[in-house]
Amino acid sequence: MNMIVSPARSATPNGTTRPQVRIVIVGHVDHGKSTLVGRLLHETGSLPEGKLEMLKAVSARRGMPFEWSFLLDALQTERDQGITIDTTQIRFRTRSRDVVLIDAPGHAEFLRNMITGASQADGAVLIIDALEGVRDQTRRHGYLLHLLGIRQVAVVVNKMDRVDFGAARFEEISAEITAHLTGLGVTPSAVIPISARDGDGVAAHTPNIAWYKGPTVVEALDALEPARALEALPLRLPVQAIYKFDDRRIVAGRIESGSLIAGDEIVIMPAGKIAKIRSVESWPFTPVEGRQGAGRSVGITLDRELFVERGDIIAHAGASPRDTRRIRARIFWLHDKPLAKGDSILVRLGTREARANVVAIEKAIDPGALSNEEGKSIARNHVGEIDISLAQPIAADPHGDNPRTGRLVIEVNGRIAGGGLVLSVDAGQRAAPIDIVPVESALRPDERSARYHHNGAVVWLTGLPGAGKSTLARALERRLFNNGGSPILLDGDTLRAGLNGDLGFSPQDRSENIRRLAEVATHLARNGHIAIVAAVSPARDDRDAARRIADSAFREVYVSTPAEICESRDPKGHYAKARAGSLKSFTGIGNDYQPPTGADLVLDTSARSVVEATEEIERMLARTGILFDELTDLAANI
Amino acid sequence: MDVLTTESARARLRQAPLIQASSLPEIAPPSMDHLDQLEAQSIYILREAFARLKKLALLWSLGKDSNVMIWLARKAFFGRVPFPAMHVDTGKKFAEMYAFRDRYAKEWDLDMRIEPCPPIDAVDPTLPPAARSAARKTEGLKLALAKHGFDGLIAGIRRDEEATRAKERVFSPRGLEGEWDVRDQPPEFWDQFNASPPQGAHLRIHPILHWTEADIWAYTKRENIPIIPLYIAKDGKRYRSLGDQDITNPVASTASNIDEILAELDATKVPERAGRALDHETEDAFERLRVAGYL
Repeated sequence: MNMIVSPARSATPNGTTRPQVRIVIVGHVDHGKSTLVGRLLHETGSLPEGKLEMLKAVSARRGMPFEWSFLLDALQTERDQGITIDTTQIRFRTRSRDVVLIDAPGHAEFLRNMITGASQADGAVLIIDALEGVRDQTRRHGYLLHLLGIRQVAVVVNKMDRVDFGAARFEEISAEITAHLTGLGVTPSAVIPISARDGDGVAAHTPNIAWYKGPTVVEALDALEPARALEALPLRLPVQAIYKFDDRRIVAGRIESGSLIAGDEIVIMPAGKIAKIRSVESWPFTPVEGRQGAGRSVGITLDRELFVERGDIIAHAGASPRDTRRIRARIFWLHDKPLAKGDSILVRLGTREARANVVAIEKAIDPGALSNEEGKSIARNHVGEIDISLAQPIAADPHGDNPRTGRLVIEVNGRIAGGGLVLSVDAGQRAAPIDIVPVESALRPDERSARYHHNGAVVWLTGLPGAGKSTLARALERRLFNNGGSPILLDGDTLRAGLNGDLGFSPQDRSENIRRLAEVATHLARNGHIAIVAAVSPARDDRDAARRIADSAFREVYVSTPAEICESRDPKGHYAKARAGSLKSFTGIGNDYQPPTGADLVLDTSARSVVEATEEIERMLARTGILFDELTDLAANI
Repeated sequence: MDVLTTESARARLRQAPLIQASSLPEIAPPSMDHLDQLEAQSIYILREAFARLKKLALLWSLGKDSNVMIWLARKAFFGRVPFPAMHVDTGKKFAEMYAFRDRYAKEWDLDMRIEPCPPIDAVDPTLPPAARSAARKTEGLKLALAKHGFDGLIAGIRRDEEATRAKERVFSPRGLEGEWDVRDQPPEFWDQFNASPPQGAHLRIHPILHWTEADIWAYTKRENIPIIPLYIAKDGKRYRSLGDQDITNPVASTASNIDEILAELDATKVPERAGRALDHETEDAFERLRVAGYL
């Protein structure tokens, strides 16, 4: 059986040589978007056979006059309501373009769907009812086109038949909308009088609009350009993942702008580490020799072992994005609960996910009314400018410099709640990456492990205050040392006295405390030591961040001693103080400890002795490749 | 003199004069054609799914679309598919499809999960026959989900196939019963995806949502991806879309290779799923199925 169809002649797949443009049609509800789409499909001969007849039959059965919009409102729920609730994508061809038409709902209730559709567009058609004129949704959609970065906009004034194809009414609307859009920095490419229902101005100049000399809708679409070239901008490669499926360590991601080739010197932001691209990996053929440009999903290997993680941005040395913990953004807000000063949010920029706080709301605007509101919050479907403080440094560009790494989305409770453009990026505290020249250790990892009989590791002991973390950490340290190893104890409280002396107990400071512990511990682990960290580290997110930093060296031990027993031990007198109300933000008597779900080991110290518990940790370390089984592994090394 | 003390000075340092010659593009990168763009976007989606979900599976229906999807996954992950491929088997597929599955599961080194569907009596009897048969597959899928605890299912649906599928998100949250709430889909833009399903629910991930039928064939040809011979015309007929034997009909065709399939597609105005009985039984049959969790 021959299942592989061999090509009989060379392929010329249809549509591959014509520029494809993605268009969104937006505007106030009932101003005729779906009708225009239906008419466009008809005029360009793009309707599937029998579809028009089927819809006419459905309309007749329901005792309704035929509507072009039925074509799109294919969902029963929509037909019943008479409004489009989501975006659909429809394809047709003009003379020189393949057009992907994204229909987006006009109803204010469904702004999230309008944004979902419009965000994919290269250009937009803004539709206005000639009788009703510019309405709040018209203005709002105009504003959102600006915020979504869409600069090619054609305006159509629809239902001209209902104003007797009057040129004066057309000019009035044209002047109003042109002024509004120009004020947002968007210059309309055309303003076109049409009747979508009857076809005037859609594909032909009809006698009804003899006074109009500009392009028809089809001609205006024909003049749209595909999305702007991103290749001319500096390289931005947000890291999606590190793959170690075989002996290659592949850094995977999509080139958002610029280009790269093996041999390029790169900088990994926000950390500012420098490396060279050793190879560009691919499948089924690898490596790829040529230069790779914006839009490609690639995998690269580097010339040295560096810590790289998802969310980092790879750039060329000397042309990198900023590293920052402070961003000003112009955003639209879609969540039911208004965005207010002090709110905790999750920011996604490129592949980076970072917890953040809204430190200021500079402007809050209802883009429909265009009034500058006094309030301290941004309501649903409104826009505004905010200052964001990030829990960790991230790499970003102002939107004016790079549209891809200059935009972000905001998530609340795991659901996207808003998004917008980066207006400005405050400089981080760190020196410019060009000044950083990492010095590699003179020793190789295997030289160290041969001496210590173990690999480097971060043993992270988490649990309630009084659970026994410090006791266990000290016992483990002694034990490993006595066996010739190189353990180093990093106690949370001890480090707070020095390195972390500037940090308090707010969620942000706790995160930063954990980040620093993890960075120090990881540095030790990479140099062959076993860093034993004893820290309450109540937040799962923080521990996950530590795991990401330490990567494969991370071993989490959950010291799960029950809360009552921890309180009865109270070695530092903290529980007593907290009960008395003199110790704020104390983890233990509240419910703010989030137990690990995927710990490498769970130990309840109320049920076993210190010696037994220490042995269990040792066994876990041996099982997971940190401690060598003396005889066999040493023998293997000889 | 310390010129690095102000941010503006640092900003100046980042400008062009300090870019090293080695980092400047000497030759412009080759431009991407339409298929390159589709491929890169699908790879991006697959890698996002793998990075953000804990337990993924790829639904392999054995058809042309999911074969392309497996190929894309192998590209995304450098030759191996790092999650299971699941075939929810109605037991009523064509013999050629089973032969294809067994051969390529091995050849592509897939971690296969073959899951059965419940008997037809267990399915809503008010549905028309073909829809009922398809709903059986939805039940099979629910059972498989419960058994394996997947939090993400990668599915090869496309927007151009059918009007309800056009409404889909790339990352599409499902309810606890696998149902799709088309009225309350979260916003999705700039390739930022909602990837946090509530406890016990799952996400559907649609890496080829933006492809068309013609794209699938052009790519299948370019990459030389194997296909089931039922797609090629025999005795004046071929299958455009493959489902269960008893509810799938061939279309009139003389296409003896992929180029001829593409030429026929370019000329036709008949929808792809015309041969799939379940789409045509009642006006809303397909949507009812999808709301309940059908692909």
